[in-house]
Amino acid sequence: MTDHQTLDHDVLVIGAGGAGLRAAIEAASRGVSVGVVCKSLLGKAHTVMAEGGVAAAMGNVDDRDSWRVHFADTMRGGQYVNNWRMAELHAREAPERVRELEAWGALFDRTADGRILQRNFGGHRYPRLAHVGDRTGLEMIRTLQDHGIHEGLDVHMECTVVTLLRDGDRVAGALAYDRERGRFRVFRARAVVLATGGIGRAYNITSNSWEYTGDGHALAYLAGAALQDMEFVQFHPTGMIWPPSVRGILVTEGVRGEGGVLRNKDGKRFMFDGIPDNYKAQTADNEEEGWRYTQGDKDARRPPELLTRDHVARMIVREVKEGRGSPHGGVYLDISWIKERLPKAEEHIRKKLPSMYHQFKQLANIDITREAMEIGPTTHYIMGGIRVDGDSQMSTVPGLFACGECAAGLHGANRLGGNSLSDLLVFGKRAGEHAAEFARRHGTVNLNDAEIHDAERLALAPFERDAAAEGPYQVQESLQTTMQNLVGIVRSHDEMERALVELDALNQRADRVSVPGNREYNPGWHTALDLRHLLIVSEAIARSALERRESRGGHFRDDYPEKDPAAATFNNLVRRGRDGAMILTREPIPPLPAELAAIVAEMQS
Amino acid sequence: MTTPASNASGQAVDAYTAAQQVQDATVHHAARTFRLWRGAHGEGGFEQYTTEAIDGMVVLDAVQQIQAEQANDLAVRWNCKAGKCGSCSAEINGKPRLMCMTRLDELPADEPVSVEPMRAFPHVRDLVTDVSWNFRVKRQITRFTPRAPDAPDGTWRIDQRDVDRVQEFRKCIECFLCQDVCHVLRDHHKHEEFVGPRYLVYAAALEMHPLDTADRTTQLKQAHGIGYCNITKCCTVVCPENIAITDNAIIPLKERVVDQYFDPLRALVRLVRGPRNS
Repeated sequence: MTDHQTLDHDVLVIGAGGAGLRAAIEAASRGVSVGVVCKSLLGKAHTVMAEGGVAAAMGNVDDRDSWRVHFADTMRGGQYVNNWRMAELHAREAPERVRELEAWGALFDRTADGRILQRNFGGHRYPRLAHVGDRTGLEMIRTLQDHGIHEGLDVHMECTVVTLLRDGDRVAGALAYDRERGRFRVFRARAVVLATGGIGRAYNITSNSWEYTGDGHALAYLAGAALQDMEFVQFHPTGMIWPPSVRGILVTEGVRGEGGVLRNKDGKRFMFDGIPDNYKAQTADNEEEGWRYTQGDKDARRPPELLTRDHVARMIVREVKEGRGSPHGGVYLDISWIKERLPKAEEHIRKKLPSMYHQFKQLANIDITREAMEIGPTTHYIMGGIRVDGDSQMSTVPGLFACGECAAGLHGANRLGGNSLSDLLVFGKRAGEHAAEFARRHGTVNLNDAEIHDAERLALAPFERDAAAEGPYQVQESLQTTMQNLVGIVRSHDEMERALVELDALNQRADRVSVPGNREYNPGWHTALDLRHLLIVSEAIARSALERRESRGGHFRDDYPEKDPAAATFNNLVRRGRDGAMILTREPIPPLPAELAAIVAEMQS
Repeated sequence: MTTPASNASGQAVDAYTAAQQVQDATVHHAARTFRLWRGAHGEGGFEQYTTEAIDGMVVLDAVQQIQAEQANDLAVRWNCKAGKCGSCSAEINGKPRLMCMTRLDELPADEPVSVEPMRAFPHVRDLVTDVSWNFRVKRQITRFTPRAPDAPDGTWRIDQRDVDRVQEFRKCIECFLCQDVCHVLRDHHKHEEFVGPRYLVYAAALEMHPLDTADRTTQLKQAHGIGYCNITKCCTVVCPENIAITDNAIIPLKERVVDQYFDPLRALVRLVRGPRNS
């Protein structure tokens, strides 16, 4: 017998980070009933970790900026495999979405004339990131949360979705359990929005919390949706590396935006050594010019530390591999040096980077106003994800929408810093709007009790198994080690083939794990259920990465270190075949319309 | 130049990972004892665990290690592990703190580290409490109500100084440690009559927001029980974001209430015109 309660919503939003909340608010404003399911408490999602800012071409600091430049920057950063329609909509709509947040109570830092201040960031030609010191994400999620709680949303906190339910081809809701009691809940919905964030827990070293197990990716995949470009994983160049317990915690790119520089153990600013050709024209070739850029000199070009994240991460790995790293296997990020240039530099750093100051002081005994930080790359973000329509955010499954990190397209092969916060606002709104519209236009759905019953039984299986069997944490750790070592920052054919063999074995181990205790707030059980999702996304990443025989953006192959122009013409798609095996296909990217092509050509010069 | 190696489980690693592993091997290890609260719905007691601690470890690392190696079903709530989300609140050696920001090397090494759930909220299981009351309280506070935009394009002009004034309150990560330590809630259980320091900070952020036009004074006095606070500053002491809760949020709000209710001139005006926001 089934032991669940059934709840009805017109639109069910899964995930309550920035994208999910923005989608929920939008759907509710269109008069449909909205349920929000979140894996943690409201307001704790990974959006709180975003530090640097939200990218929007408002032109408040430099009036040369426009949506056209933002579009071109996003395409260049993504190495032209982006969904260009999404890149266009994002660049056009981000300013309005940011201003809307201000109307809901967000307080951004200001320019001298009282407008929203914007800061420099990697890959953005002009100062473009609206920010609040280095805690922009907290400001955003709190604003959306505090606005959303008055908009009539039904929020189900600490509730995790196990599987999506379907009615024919169409999505019809979801089966979930609540953490506190471990009871099942069935959500019946005419439209579902996935906003579950990333996959960072597939790797050992990550800035992501326990929640980011690729749930949305895996749920969509199992429901028949296509995943796109899963090989593009972003390793953020600056994560903490010492002491070991903090390894992976993010150090904002804002440090470099404020003038922070990268040095190897010899004190050399190694980033000047490897400026890629397509960025040479807009990158400073001397330290003096780079400094002037960070201080707002409009005639100066950006310092090479502010090149795109994929490039900076690889340069750091190169320094370490060639023996020029810092004592703990990273390099130095130094902001304290600006005291040579600025009066009251210590106060300035504490004001501009308060949470970085606090984080290093408390966790690493480092005073960043006086000494350099030791940093190294950390798994941060996945550009790939659920394939969606650029305008509506609907996946290849009718009624199933996706937005934010779990959706693919906007960022192509590499995401620019600041573009994720704007992504979740722009496409959160669009997903909410179109999901509400879909729910309104389509009739009720019917749920299949047998399907629900089977899914419940499967979810409870870890309790039934031999108590002496392996626990879920060991399997999760092996999985993370496999992905870190074999499908990490630098990849090769043989290693990834080995990863697939190991993943196969891990799948079998995952099928046998047992958990002690009962269903009430039992993290062992939750970890066992998350394993299935982690394994699916890991396989999708490995298979897609094997197929892309070139290096582009976040995907770097030792055996194919160059970019292949022919590979700029397709996206990799994975789907679940009838027999349950993963199928990989290439999908041609439609050519840029003339207007957008002209922008790209113009900005390339 | 470092050379490829393998890790403990025999999996091959690249040179970069290997370089880090060499360093990890130099870390100092020591066994530490922990007393973790186990049980459900208010029942239970401390159970003792010993685990290997390394340099720089925080309490949350140790709790997770025990969870992974010895007690898979140990209930603990956490997310960012960087002091930014406010999920892992607990009472460590009797003091309300974030597990992720409490380093083991700042706690006495010669005695067990005790970790128990917050006591001002209903117990769920092990280290987890039901904090949903906080989320219900927030909805009772009058929402942000901006003035009309300053510019024709729908935007506002705000001075940075006015932003700075409320930023302190907006740093709040909603860890609820201030609620946990507040004697009005913890000892006197006035949850129905008093919103607690967190929501006085929230109200202060709204009241002092440069664009906000609502007046929450009546609400603060009547429904939200600001008078219960007798400024013992326990909340300020435990705030992981170092918000001067009492001095900068609660006292100014109390002053507004006093101005409105106990200023003879205003009392007269109120008598004639009726209270605002009633």
